[in-house]
Amino acid sequence: MALRSVAMGLPVALLLALVLARGRFPGRFALDALVHLPLVLPPVVVGWLLLLTFGVRGPVGAWLNAWFGLRLVFTTSGASLACAVMSLPLMVRAIRLSIEAVDPGLEQAAQMLGAGRLDRFLTITLPLAAPGVLVGAIAGFAASLGEFGAVITFAANIPGQTQTLPLAIYTALQTPNGDATAARLALVSVALALIFLVAADLAGRRLRARVGR
Amino acid sequence: MISFALRHRFPGIALDMAFVAPTPGAVVLFGPSGSGKSTAVAAMAGLLRGGSGRLEVDGEVLWDSAAGIDRPPERRRIGLVFQEARLFPHLRVAANLRYGLRRAAGDARGIGFDEVVALLDIAPLLGRRPHTLSGGERQRVAIGRALLSQPRLLLLDEPLSGLDAARKAEILPYLVRLKTHLGVPLVYVTHSMEELLHIADTLVLIEAGRVVEAGPLAELSGRGDLPLARRDDAGAVLDMAVEANDRDRHLSRLSAGGLTLEVPLVAAAPGARLRVRIPAREVILATDAPSAVSVHNILGGVVRAVHPDPTRHSALVEIAVGDQVVLARVTRDAVSRLALAPARDVLALVKSMSVDVLR
Repeated sequence: MALRSVAMGLPVALLLALVLARGRFPGRFALDALVHLPLVLPPVVVGWLLLLTFGVRGPVGAWLNAWFGLRLVFTTSGASLACAVMSLPLMVRAIRLSIEAVDPGLEQAAQMLGAGRLDRFLTITLPLAAPGVLVGAIAGFAASLGEFGAVITFAANIPGQTQTLPLAIYTALQTPNGDATAARLALVSVALALIFLVAADLAGRRLRARVGR
Repeated sequence: MISFALRHRFPGIALDMAFVAPTPGAVVLFGPSGSGKSTAVAAMAGLLRGGSGRLEVDGEVLWDSAAGIDRPPERRRIGLVFQEARLFPHLRVAANLRYGLRRAAGDARGIGFDEVVALLDIAPLLGRRPHTLSGGERQRVAIGRALLSQPRLLLLDEPLSGLDAARKAEILPYLVRLKTHLGVPLVYVTHSMEELLHIADTLVLIEAGRVVEAGPLAELSGRGDLPLARRDDAGAVLDMAVEANDRDRHLSRLSAGGLTLEVPLVAAAPGARLRVRIPAREVILATDAPSAVSVHNILGGVVRAVHPDPTRHSALVEIAVGDQVVLARVTRDAVSRLALAPARDVLALVKSMSVDVLR
């Protein structure tokens, strides 16, 4: 589920980061604010807003249901969507910073060598921003694993389907004699967090070494 | 032929410049910094936003704001070498060189990979990463990369200004070779007299956003009324052919359009083309032929113009010798003593040792 959330969120985050880093257009500030909203709003509010838009009777949800028979509320896909929205600001921030760090002069040089817009992005900007994209993806993944409020509001707490780690820990704590389970899950959580931190650091270092920075 | 015009208004300066130059050949845009040279290059590349103007290269119109033509930079087939090399840090030298080559249309290919590598001497660098190269090496790779994109026109925006004197001296010969071997027209921006002298065929003098004068270097360098002549290192530039090398006397005889010069033996075979500069302040003028002097070159000519230079209490005298022109800087007193005026016959004495042989 966390993987699916990153898979859903990353392309969107890349596009948003690129637009925010390099674009100059009216409404840029509004878009920036919108992307960052999940970071400052209580997660439960985000979950409820998702419920309003993507619910079976919501404007987008009704449409999805009618045309594709796709229901997001109280499903794994819904949980992934909630996680993706919640982790989006983290990913956009990391990716945007690394795109902004790419010298626009290099893109200009590529342009003078005959590379079009998409070509430049794929061959110059993206490889040079790769460390930041990776860090963004890992941060997004970790955040998805730990998402609580938005998931429980939008997708409920269904074991094996929409249950994230903190939801499972919460459930265990609510059950009599669940302390041991909760402790085990908490350990798993700490271990995963450590693994991701180390992985992100190693990968980032290797990528940076490749471009000689 | 390159035909270029640009009008653009910036907060401190209004640009209004135009010039025409033959191709192939090297055009040098020469002028103080802030005079609009780099803006002109950006406009040619298509990187400048705003402004109006026109660019035509060898019959193809790439930009004409009046006709609504504005090809994007990536489709102008114009190469640009920046002040900094701007190599792609994540690619090795070979991949940097091939970046533009791979994107060039198949029918446009005329400049080969091996040819450029040999010309710029970069074979030993191909497997290296850009951050391991010296500044001079980087700039050579950048020039090669631009050439391999098969440009119809190559722009160089002060490509040597970020390098120290030794690195400059290392790259200059490559630039001269590139010009003579590949036949790609160049537009070269600089404020360095040395680079100008080595590279220019056509000179465009720019000051405060305007073209002061444009024309062949040999012609403009012999003019006493241009800002160029006010410089301490002013002097006529002549493109000459080696006539003969006299090994016994250690002298070479050069000629161009009715003017013959003897200079210390050059390392070029008879028939080779050489560019020389005769520094204006080294030229002595006389009305009678002196006898028993060490000077080899006593050039009989006619005064074409006399331009006073108030800043140095001197005058610049243009002397037509054959169909060439020699520029002499003499004192105001000398002008009156010899009664130097247009149409007066005069002898220009040029020491062999003071002639600069450039290439």
